Amino acid sequence: MENLDLISILGSTIRLSIPLIFTALAGLFTERAGVFDIGLEGKMLFSAFAAAVAAFMTGSPWLGLLAGITVSVLISLIHGFASITNRGNQIVSGVAINFLASGLTAVLGQAWFSQGGRTPPLAASARFTEIVFPYAAELREMGFFGRFYANVISGHNILTYLAFLAVPAAWWVLYRTRFGLRLRAVGENPGAVDTAGISVTWLRYRATICAGILCGCAGTYLSIAQSAGFVKDMSAGKGYIALAALIFAKWRPVPVMLACLLFGFLDAFANFMQGKSVPGIGEVPVQIFQALPYVLTCVLLAGFIGVARPPKAGGVPYVKER
Amino acid sequence: MSPSPTAAPAIELIGIDKKFGAVHANRNINLTVAKGSIHGIIGENGAGKSTLMSILYGFYQADAGAIRINGQDTVIHDSQAAISAGIGMVHQHFMLVENFSVLENVVLGVEGGALLGRGVSDARSALKRLEADYGLEVDPDAIIEELPVGLQQRVEILKALYRGAEILILDEPTGVLTPAEADHLFRILGVLRDQGKTIVLITHKLREIMAITDTVSVMRRGEMVATRRTAETTVEELAELMVGRRVLLRVEKGPASPGEVVLSVRNLTVKDGRGVVMVDDVSFDVRAGEVVGIAGVAGNGQSELLEAITGIRKPVSGEIMIHGQPVAGFDAARLRALGLGHIPEDRHHMGLVLGFEESENSVLGYHRDGRYGRGPLLDLDACRDDAKAKIEKYDIRPPNCRLKTANFSGGNQQKIVVAREIERDPSLLVVGQPTRGVDIGAIEFIHRRLIAMRDAGKAVLLVSVELDEIRSLSDRILVMFAGHVVGEKTPDTGEQTLGLMMAGIAA
Repeated sequence: MENLDLISILGSTIRLSIPLIFTALAGLFTERAGVFDIGLEGKMLFSAFAAAVAAFMTGSPWLGLLAGITVSVLISLIHGFASITNRGNQIVSGVAINFLASGLTAVLGQAWFSQGGRTPPLAASARFTEIVFPYAAELREMGFFGRFYANVISGHNILTYLAFLAVPAAWWVLYRTRFGLRLRAVGENPGAVDTAGISVTWLRYRATICAGILCGCAGTYLSIAQSAGFVKDMSAGKGYIALAALIFAKWRPVPVMLACLLFGFLDAFANFMQGKSVPGIGEVPVQIFQALPYVLTCVLLAGFIGVARPPKAGGVPYVKER
Repeated sequence: MSPSPTAAPAIELIGIDKKFGAVHANRNINLTVAKGSIHGIIGENGAGKSTLMSILYGFYQADAGAIRINGQDTVIHDSQAAISAGIGMVHQHFMLVENFSVLENVVLGVEGGALLGRGVSDARSALKRLEADYGLEVDPDAIIEELPVGLQQRVEILKALYRGAEILILDEPTGVLTPAEADHLFRILGVLRDQGKTIVLITHKLREIMAITDTVSVMRRGEMVATRRTAETTVEELAELMVGRRVLLRVEKGPASPGEVVLSVRNLTVKDGRGVVMVDDVSFDVRAGEVVGIAGVAGNGQSELLEAITGIRKPVSGEIMIHGQPVAGFDAARLRALGLGHIPEDRHHMGLVLGFEESENSVLGYHRDGRYGRGPLLDLDACRDDAKAKIEKYDIRPPNCRLKTANFSGGNQQKIVVAREIERDPSLLVVGQPTRGVDIGAIEFIHRRLIAMRDAGKAVLLVSVELDEIRSLSDRILVMFAGHVVGEKTPDTGEQTLGLMMAGIAA
């Protein structure tokens, strides 16, 4: 393979992993609390749209982020209302959110901006742009580590660094705080939480709100950090890949990050191989590489990861037994 | 605890009333429990015992009535309020998080701050103190799902004590325990009482009431029908109060007249799903007109033995013969055609489809029979007529064959299974835990039916972990331990002798 440029692949691995990390951590919070969250995809898409619209209207990426998070939290609350308060089927509620997101964002985009469901392109000042670390330019020429520093460590937007901070933060919340202990308990045996005098409903709502905030960051990243505007269906299945990463990581924060990086890497590799020939085989259709993340998902979920024990009360609305 | 040395009772319930829709679960209940005593509440399934205790623990709200704790009027609107009033509850189905450590389960809900660090280390030393005070030893770092059931229950007790419980409610605590574990629990409860705790024990087992309680109340159909000092009552009186009529606790039966061999098991070896040998080289016969009982602590191979005989699990080696015909490896349908009836150990798991109508369950497994339809079609009228006849004959309540099976009580569900299997008139009846979770009136009925089968010249193989049941029904008793039949005894053998054999100590 000519010029297997590891550094640039790693750089784009980071960029492609960020929405997955945010979204998978979001799923971690809801699913550890016993609420299945198939609607991650829809929440991401809704928040991408809201962030792009708000950033375009106000010119501020921060207000974009705020709008993205607000909308995503609202959608989470709808999911909570359907599946926690009214004990509806969590999968159906999630799928409904996904359909709603796919349709409503395109329709509203078309109605407001008449650009085929897109939002107008954003100026650089309305986006989260790259942060260049000190001496990155100088170190760029200083061998492998210099280039690693300049292209992989430095040169990302603020949400990227936030995503990597969110991983230890999620771990700390889950394993070192009262809220985390109760959240993990309610996903395993809500009866134990209820008899301990803690509200199962409120606890699960708080978990979905956490997920809403994280999904909001993911969507915002898509439309106003990675791109310069919203495009119809721009989440492109990332919510499902994040779910796969979550299962692959057995619902634990640090493995979630590693799984997301793996999926991001496969994506980056597929992009890189576009139009390049493989030694001994010649040019391979790029679709083969693009299919890799999905093939990996199937293989992993088919049981190569050992027993992935989901939270025991997952998907089951809590009803006090009579 | 209140500092004044008043002799106010620990618990007073005054006029408690609770309805769930049309069901009047508790009717004007009055109950007084003295401090430092063990009070039993006994009653059949559905008598309202658990509802009453759930009201005391704040799980439900009473429609009317008042609660006084240590003489003080107390409003218990949720479990948190019950906990702060010093009430702790050990539920029938443990309220533990299985993948948490003992310590994490103990602190859940009383973490002592938004961060875990301090609270958890305080709890660790508190557990050490409780262990010393009450002999409640358990490794604080053990994961719940790796602990045996008896220890899991101990964690539930520790949880309550850690929350400062002075009153401890235990709901059917021995249902899941081995006899040895149950004895250990009773010793612990004795220690707790001697240290001044008040204990309420809910059960439907008369023997436990007599063994451990100071006073006992009997509930029937939502009402409190009597309260007695345990020393001044008898098992017979309590049983009569529970059921509302005289109950024969001892099955009356004449001597057996065994005929030819119906079931013959030779050198049978069976492995379970994990590949562990559970039945190891077991041989025995069951003759027409006798009941052979298999005694043993749960998990010593009885389940796998039953599964092999009834065609649910393929044996590894050995021979099973029915009327002299080798049948090892036959499936359940072929065995039924040969005259095997099977009352499975777990009616929910194997005996019934809970979401089905009663009439559907009452023909299940025999639904291909010409009586119930032709070709692929079921004759629903025939099924329902058949079900109605069984409901009548077996006094299944409510008498409605269109009702979902899940809505019948445990005893009536079991009667549905018993009726289905016995009415087929099998020549060999294999019975597992026929009265598990069944109330005392239905137990009497089922026992009489099984003896009637024997007297009609059928071969009956009975597996039960209830030693009383084995001793009162069987003509011969085989004791299983660790996959082996360790001995054969007559039914008049003492409980202690059998108990030692079941523990693998004597043969």
